[in-house]
Amino acid sequence: MFGMGLIKGLGVTLKHFIGTYIDDIRWLGRGRYYNEQALEQRQGPKARGVFTVQYPEEKLPVPEEFRYIPFLLYEENEDGTHQDRCTSCGICAKVCPPQCIWIVRSNDPETGRPVPEPTDFFIDIDICMNCGLCAEYCPFDAIKMDHDYELASYDRFQHHIFNKERLSKPVSYYAQIRPHNYQREEQERAEKEAAKAARRKE
Amino acid sequence: MTEETKTKAEDPIVARFKDQVSMDDRQAYEGYLVKPENLIEFARTLKEELGYDYLSSVTGVDYLPDEKLEVVYHAYRTSGGPAAVFKVQVPRAEPVVPSLVPIYPGADFQEREAWDLLGIRFTGHPDLRRILLWEGFEGHPLRKDWREAYFEEERKPFKNRWPEGNVYRVEDKKAFGKNVSYPDEFTPEGWVPEGEQSLYAALEASEQIRSGNGNGREDELGEEVVVNLGPQHPSTHGVFRMVVTLDGETITSLKPVMGYLHRNHEKIGERNTFLMNMPFTDRLDYICSMSNNFGYALAVEKLMGIQPPERAEYIRIIMAELTRIVNHLWAIGFLLNDLGAFFTPALYVINERELILDVFEAVSGSRMMCNYFRFGGLARDLSDDALQKIKEIVNNRLPAKVDELDVYLTGNEIVRTRGEGVGVLTAEQAIDYSAAGPVLRASGVAYDVRKADPYSIYDRFDFDVAVRPNGDVYDRYLVRIDEIRQSLRIVQQAVRDIPGGEYQTGKPQYQVRVPAGESYGRVENPKGELGYYVVSDGKPNPWRYHVRAPSFINLTGMEQMCIGQKIADVVAILGSIDIVLGETDR
Repeated sequence: MFGMGLIKGLGVTLKHFIGTYIDDIRWLGRGRYYNEQALEQRQGPKARGVFTVQYPEEKLPVPEEFRYIPFLLYEENEDGTHQDRCTSCGICAKVCPPQCIWIVRSNDPETGRPVPEPTDFFIDIDICMNCGLCAEYCPFDAIKMDHDYELASYDRFQHHIFNKERLSKPVSYYAQIRPHNYQREEQERAEKEAAKAARRKE
Repeated sequence: MTEETKTKAEDPIVARFKDQVSMDDRQAYEGYLVKPENLIEFARTLKEELGYDYLSSVTGVDYLPDEKLEVVYHAYRTSGGPAAVFKVQVPRAEPVVPSLVPIYPGADFQEREAWDLLGIRFTGHPDLRRILLWEGFEGHPLRKDWREAYFEEERKPFKNRWPEGNVYRVEDKKAFGKNVSYPDEFTPEGWVPEGEQSLYAALEASEQIRSGNGNGREDELGEEVVVNLGPQHPSTHGVFRMVVTLDGETITSLKPVMGYLHRNHEKIGERNTFLMNMPFTDRLDYICSMSNNFGYALAVEKLMGIQPPERAEYIRIIMAELTRIVNHLWAIGFLLNDLGAFFTPALYVINERELILDVFEAVSGSRMMCNYFRFGGLARDLSDDALQKIKEIVNNRLPAKVDELDVYLTGNEIVRTRGEGVGVLTAEQAIDYSAAGPVLRASGVAYDVRKADPYSIYDRFDFDVAVRPNGDVYDRYLVRIDEIRQSLRIVQQAVRDIPGGEYQTGKPQYQVRVPAGESYGRVENPKGELGYYVVSDGKPNPWRYHVRAPSFINLTGMEQMCIGQKIADVVAILGSIDIVLGETDR
């Protein structure tokens, strides 16, 4: 019969419409919005009805591997001073596809040898394409991809070239946003150091 | 037994053409070298007698040190099997090659592209105009001695990034003036767009070829009207323009105009190192970044002679097939948008797409710009959590949702009347115009690279090639639904059988060694055959990097599909081809 296909299709629309309310009733009293459990259920493969996220009141949790604009890691010493992990070897600047990383390396005025810590470090975040290659190939785990994606600002000419000060974040922050990666890397580092120490003994 | 496995002397094609054709015996090159004067005859024999009916790719390479330009053709049989590669070399000072459009109409846009970007003139081409760039453009940018406006150095990494780190903004450099050059006697202020006139002339010429008489206009009752659809039009899926001639409401000729999003991906690719190109491929067809990565990784791995480990192959296939599901859901949703069902169907399918994008984000770190493949493996392993999530989606959720979509749309009378018999491309036409992917298969040609010339480990999976006979908008929709089901089958098998082990061969390297040579890596992208033609000269950067973009080449048959249709159907036909402008314009 002509029109049956249309009616069947409208049935699907009605199902979607009703599904939303069924879920609302099921979550009555627990709050279907503005809490983490509800958000996870609504976004997961068992969800029914609407998926809308009430941004910015609700934010989707980002997975550990999520990558957005690199940052530099520094160790916090016990005396309160900071030690950059970066040795200004320049691999990130070489591997960067849009070439948005500039590193200033300086030489020791007395010995003339390069100072390991970079004098300054710039990333033009307008050019950065968030590919994550810098973090992937850094041999010192000194540059990592951030989770902070809310970077809007009023003036791109003033604020969008990040310098070393703006880019640097403590290792503890990294351990917090990427716990699994952090643990794995620390373990690898410990193993390497142990092997080195063993070799030295010999 | 193919031509490749025989020795040079007994190669039937070389034997037949004697001193007109020779094998390309450069190190790690393949195929035949044909003289320009024999090209037409050679191509005709290849097509009509040897059965290479499908011209996949036409492109050019600038061999500056040899003062030569080379045109490279890849032809296939639609019954399957490896390529017949043939090349024509012409002097750089006078690059003239006979056009293959009379034999393979699918060469049309690709030859125009080679003219536009490399300045190779194709004699006998019916409409040789620039295609991606505008006519006030000076030079042919893919020539090796051409330099772009913000030229820094021949190849990355640029020297001022490290160790001095002289930071600057591109805007601070002079944007105009010395950075931009125009042809002689060209003043931007006094410019009259001649390109428009040649475009309209081409439109008229194409109509005359079709109607077969020189003055069709006088015979008509009413006057014909030229209508521009786009470039700013919500239903063109981006900045894409179509110029149509109308007789009343009926289309008599149509020319697509593109290049508004052109950024010369290939030139950027030649400045980049091999690895740097990987994230750039994400941005071609930005709906399917995973399978874009796949094609490029295959091409370079072929040159390097490495194989990814077993686990990586499985993960690659899972990701590529999930991408196909994502793409087809998106295409169906937006086809319905074009038909007038404003966003309800689109949002229902986007719901499902979001679940897959969540997986991509957990695996690769980004929802759309995945950048997940590496030469010889992957960027990182697939976690158990993510695998569990994929299992849940492909085993429990999506099959029911696809059935629901089927009930929702397939029988719908509006979809059927708008789709059936609209935008028909017959099987012969589809092959001639080098259409690929769902467009080709909806015309009854069971050609799928995954079956015809299997790559990776596709030969281990049990799936069918989705084919529909009618070649209209409705069949293209149905093929996509079928392909989603087939992709689900493949992913279900892959997540069941996935082995443990390494996900990368060797140590990850940022400077890969790619031996000199050429390779063509092709995959069945959701939109059609995606090919990467890569030439390496042993340096860290590719000498030539070309993308055979399915959304670009599928548009070659657009005019054929639209002739005789109503203007209101153009949007539906375009939606059924499913183009992405990031890939069309590159």
